[in-house]
Amino acid sequence: MLDVLVIGAGHAGCEAAAAAARRGARVGLITFRTEDIGQMSCNPSIGGVGKGHLVRELDVFDGLMARASDKAAIHRRMLNRSKGSAVHGPRVQADRRLYQSAIWAAIAESEIELIVGEANILLLDGDRVAGVCLADGDEIRARAVVIATGTFLDAKLFCGLEQVRGGRRDEQAAIPLAQQLREWGIAQGRLKTGTPPRLDGRTIDWARLTPQPSDQEAWSMSALASADTSPQLACAITRTNAATHDIIRANFDQSPLFAGAIEGRGPRYCPSIEDKIRRFSDRDGHQIFLEPEGLTSQLVYPNGISTSLPTEVQQSFVNSIFGLERATIITPGYAVEYEYADARKLGTTLEHHCVRGVWLAGQINGTTGYEEAAAQGLAAGLNAAAAAIDLEPYRFDRHTSYIGVMIDDLTLQGVTEPYRMMTARAEHRLSLRADNATTRLGNDALPMGVSAERRVQIESHFAARQSLYWAETQEGKADAMYAPYVARQDREWEALHRDRTIAIPAGLDFDAVPGLSNEAVERLRAARPETIDQASRIAGITPAALAALHFASVRRAA
Amino acid sequence: MLDALGALPGMRVAEPGEFTRRAFANGRIDLTEAEGLADLLEAETESQRRAALRNADGGLRCQVEAWREEVLTLSARAEAAIDYVGDEDETGADQRALADEALVLAGDLAEWLARPRTEALKDGIRVVAAGPPNTGKSSLINSLTGNDRAIVTSVAGTTRDVIEVPLAIGGVPFVLVDTAGLRSSEDEIEQIGVARAEAEARRADILLWLGEPGDAPDHGGLIKIHSRADLPGRELAPGGGIAVSSTTGAGVSDLVDQLIRRARYILPAEDQVTLNRRQAVCLAGAEIALRDAAVGKIEIIADALRRARESFDRITGRSGVDDMLDALFGRFCLGK
Repeated sequence: MLDVLVIGAGHAGCEAAAAAARRGARVGLITFRTEDIGQMSCNPSIGGVGKGHLVRELDVFDGLMARASDKAAIHRRMLNRSKGSAVHGPRVQADRRLYQSAIWAAIAESEIELIVGEANILLLDGDRVAGVCLADGDEIRARAVVIATGTFLDAKLFCGLEQVRGGRRDEQAAIPLAQQLREWGIAQGRLKTGTPPRLDGRTIDWARLTPQPSDQEAWSMSALASADTSPQLACAITRTNAATHDIIRANFDQSPLFAGAIEGRGPRYCPSIEDKIRRFSDRDGHQIFLEPEGLTSQLVYPNGISTSLPTEVQQSFVNSIFGLERATIITPGYAVEYEYADARKLGTTLEHHCVRGVWLAGQINGTTGYEEAAAQGLAAGLNAAAAAIDLEPYRFDRHTSYIGVMIDDLTLQGVTEPYRMMTARAEHRLSLRADNATTRLGNDALPMGVSAERRVQIESHFAARQSLYWAETQEGKADAMYAPYVARQDREWEALHRDRTIAIPAGLDFDAVPGLSNEAVERLRAARPETIDQASRIAGITPAALAALHFASVRRAA
Repeated sequence: MLDALGALPGMRVAEPGEFTRRAFANGRIDLTEAEGLADLLEAETESQRRAALRNADGGLRCQVEAWREEVLTLSARAEAAIDYVGDEDETGADQRALADEALVLAGDLAEWLARPRTEALKDGIRVVAAGPPNTGKSSLINSLTGNDRAIVTSVAGTTRDVIEVPLAIGGVPFVLVDTAGLRSSEDEIEQIGVARAEAEARRADILLWLGEPGDAPDHGGLIKIHSRADLPGRELAPGGGIAVSSTTGAGVSDLVDQLIRRARYILPAEDQVTLNRRQAVCLAGAEIALRDAAVGKIEIIADALRRARESFDRITGRSGVDDMLDALFGRFCLGK
């Protein structure tokens, strides 16, 4: 009997398994194929603005992503360096193989039991999920199950008007599990995402392109910097032109997006090139970043031309681009459409409200991005372990972390398009910096089973904050610069918090609350806010509805 | 008939304001329109009615929407510059230009905040009579109201508390306020009255001073009254004052003219959309927030714009970061 069983060994699954194991749980991790563990399915980079914040936060809890990306980094850029440190975004290009081997090594070093197979059916014990039945009939019992299936639930790949089943190129999809999750009301709709073609780096005319060098100054993702750093490569920049746009426009009828074959909604902030050309027809070009996939790989990832047009069309528009005239495509781009779950049915620990014993983490909750997935994996793993071996749950708070912002947004608002972390979502942006994650979360992380090395790092960080030299450090200077703004935000937050900590009684019948519109009742029922504070952040909940809810909660409590 | 209807199942008389509250809760009208409706129901004078109608009709909502739209656009530019650094050709927002535009908007709001408020119309212009005891304050109020509503005797210090008389003169709402005479007294109750009188004098839109001209307090709406002008030797007012006799009625119409003339500066103009105190507090919040943009750092400008957005949302009762994201993705081609 396992304590925690994790389905899926992508970024969410690996973090969930590792976090649960750190808390002392006996953990099993199910994957289709061992070679897929910790795979970067799309772009070869980790971090960015908002995303980099997430990575730094999960690092405080000894999450795997930060250290693995340091080991694999072949290009580093501190985005927004010219702006204030609150919005600095650490981002690295990672060698795919090095990244995967770093994750493999971390999983291998832990006590996690790897299980190769397909999780077909969730097993029930009364009204609680109690394990998984694999495709080969094996039953694995566990006290808590974390589902981190990413894009694999009933997934379809689109390249032109061709469709194949699969969660990633040349891989299978999780179909029976999707069926069960749909029957149980966990899975509820479809989303879409896409990836660009991969080019052969030897066929790119690098000499004519503008190089983008790696940062001169050394910095690391993890506060526990690793000694071994790989050589740093340059990226390059090019752009699409009128000829590219003409080719793409002439083939709109071959696009599964426009032909209606894809019903799922794609992310507006990460549109395919055909989408960009259709929506912004006045633009005469779009930037493309050519990112090497690794030290030993010839593959180059052209960031900016995600597409699901037919392979020949992809080849032809790629060759219309400056510097790519002779470039050959090694694997074509494609779109993937998958089933996702309504995260409003999850509590802030990411446990499902209706089906007990199940935690959901990662892209299944409607997010995109490795970092978003990993951060949810951390939260789900810590809490699934807590439930299984009787420890305190841990809830991330939007006032102190981007992870808290994301979980609050997902579980209260749900998503209508794939959710990506952006600093614009964090109202406490000026205090949630990538450089002060240890200060914000260190004390919370200490009881969560962190390593001895991490404990020393956190404790010495707090000791340093007390020293005379603190004001001279980067973090100390940033503290001083933002202090007046942060003080005001804290006052605002406390004022709000005082009024809004009122709990909404668990069984409150929203229908019976006078003054609530039908729409408000529906939204409240879907989001199940636990406090007036949470209710106030649900889209469409007006101050009038809030007042009615406030009154009803207080009256019920009296 | 109401009783008969009320006895039917599922039937009851609507509570006061229930339809307005439902319209707001269901998103049919916003908070400024709901407030306009409430004011309309309470309107007693013609000018109150017209002002309330303008707000109930969405006059303020349109203005706030325009500001909000402007802030959303600025916000989208700031956020794009922060969250989409890779797309420099798209989002090379000029921080200086952003800050300048935010400051221009702040100036706009400041101008609005300096305008007369709804309350002056709704509650009436406060005209406070003040001065030493027995200078004829209560008599003056009485001759303005046309009946004996304030108690008048010849014993100094009769008016121990504050007496308010709301009335309309020439369609303009006024509140006439009679106060205790200002003197040092041993009588504890009278002392309280005096303290209240001083507070009233400070709150006044128009202060009628009946004491010695040289003792008049410093007040923006001061009118010096030379009272008891019927007594021998007091026929003429010293410079700048109005000679009034409550006994003969002489000078009262001059005073009334003067009050109505001053009211024009205190009341909103006929066609002006007005703010009430709550709306002004929210707007002031937006103005203060926007002033922070002067710092010129992009993340602080973005934070200033966020707080301004929230302030506008509090005026109209809307909410959400989603509108900003819609503005962001609708306007810019972002992402790779």
